[in-house]
Amino acid sequence: MKRHLLSTEDLSRDDALLVLDTAERMARVAEASVRKLPTLRGRTVVNLFFEDSTRTRTSFEVAAKRLSADVINFSARGSSVSKGESLKDTAQTLEAMGADAVVCRHSASGAPHRLATWVRGSVVNAGDGTHEHPTQALLDAFTMRRRLGRVDGLAVTIVGDVLHSRVARSNVWLLTTLGASVTVVAPPTLLPLGVSSWPVEVSYDLDAVLPKSDVVMMLRVQRERMSAAFFPTEREYSRRYGLDVDRAARLADHALVMHPGPMVRGMEISSQVADSARSTVVEQVANGVSVRMAVLYLLLGGSGETT
Amino acid sequence: MAVSAAGDPASRRPGVARTVLSADDITRIVSRMAHQILEKTSGGAGVALLGIPTRGVPLAHRLARRVHAVEGVELPVGSLDPTMYRDDLRLRGVRPLEVTEIPDGGVDGQVVILVDDVLYSGRTVRAALDALAAYGRPRAVQLAVLVDRGHRELPIRADYVGKNMPTSRRESVAVRLREIDGADGVVILPPASAGDAPPNDGPPADGDQVTGDEAGERA
Repeated sequence: MKRHLLSTEDLSRDDALLVLDTAERMARVAEASVRKLPTLRGRTVVNLFFEDSTRTRTSFEVAAKRLSADVINFSARGSSVSKGESLKDTAQTLEAMGADAVVCRHSASGAPHRLATWVRGSVVNAGDGTHEHPTQALLDAFTMRRRLGRVDGLAVTIVGDVLHSRVARSNVWLLTTLGASVTVVAPPTLLPLGVSSWPVEVSYDLDAVLPKSDVVMMLRVQRERMSAAFFPTEREYSRRYGLDVDRAARLADHALVMHPGPMVRGMEISSQVADSARSTVVEQVANGVSVRMAVLYLLLGGSGETT
Repeated sequence: MAVSAAGDPASRRPGVARTVLSADDITRIVSRMAHQILEKTSGGAGVALLGIPTRGVPLAHRLARRVHAVEGVELPVGSLDPTMYRDDLRLRGVRPLEVTEIPDGGVDGQVVILVDDVLYSGRTVRAALDALAAYGRPRAVQLAVLVDRGHRELPIRADYVGKNMPTSRRESVAVRLREIDGADGVVILPPASAGDAPPNDGPPADGDQVTGDEAGERA
């Protein structure tokens, strides 16, 4: 394992499998009557969130606390960042406080990479701009493996706002590394320019792809990142790319419906589908804690040197 | 460091791996330990065996099979990974985690016998005792080991010992079991082949049995 987890693009297959296997062990801890492990006692994990996020921050916080690490939440709002402090100064402040790991979310793509060059501790990318969100992809792969027994050979379809989605990017790299074949489905305006160089199939017809999919991953339409009109109306988007009951009926019996959350019910996914037995939305949240425990353990558990 | 312990003097030549237990020896020892467990626990009522990965697990299964063959009792068998409770995690690289599988009946009120291949510093057993506490409160905890090689760093002793084997700290003891290594046998490897364990490195051979075997196997 490397010292930082910044992207899934440079994550080797062995390291990815190590995270998933470790997460499997961590999930067993949740079954013990005492769910706390002394493993990271005396270590400090800083949650450095420059962008609003409740679920990811809380998930990292729960994961770190289950491993007995001290957790400091540092959010941009109400801190010196809102007074104009630079990322580098913030990093140096954290460094001086002795952070062993910094979990960073930032609206600028690449911010965690910069941060990693300034701090001595490990940096975990918890989402940077429209670039990557590696722990989300790892927990998605973990969920697939738990439900379907494997990732290798699965046909995974990622639907929606691929352009603005760091979840989609991280999943494309990770799932491909793990041997799944990925198809992205979106309106042409919501596909990034370089999608032809990705190791994926591209389709504009959701109905045609659904019957062949083992997993369909719905993405939220990220209005907050949209500066232009990408589709005519929400109803039209929903009619062509939303997953409702009729569409979900085209899926194979074993197929899963995933969503990284937060969902916009009625837009990309209907309530009945979101609450159906094939939906893994709630499991993904629980699995997120196990995967983040695994990542923190692998980055901080040892002496820092790999053996 | 001088070789202070006396093994079999004839085979104690520097630089040579010595086989100290053969496959047949191990079979006989496991059989004897199964009888001792039955004797000490009055027939094995309320006893659960928990193997410490990796090699403690197949040993626990072997003991359970012998107990079954002798008295017809089925002892529940599981595994307990103490890695996340170790006190030496920060002294070395990250360790992969192993499986913890608590038997269906749980451990509350049971006599839990921890099973491991080699007892050395006692640190793995201490970690295992802490790990066990997360799963419940056994009525009693006992310890069964195939090899006790001495050099305890903690006040821990085994209730059932397959073989007391005096060793030097600089040697490593490799237990090989057919379930994992393809064949049974216990070998003492000399310091030269102990690979990553240089003498005088801070806390003496921070690992115990785990380090012992692994150092040997990877050499």
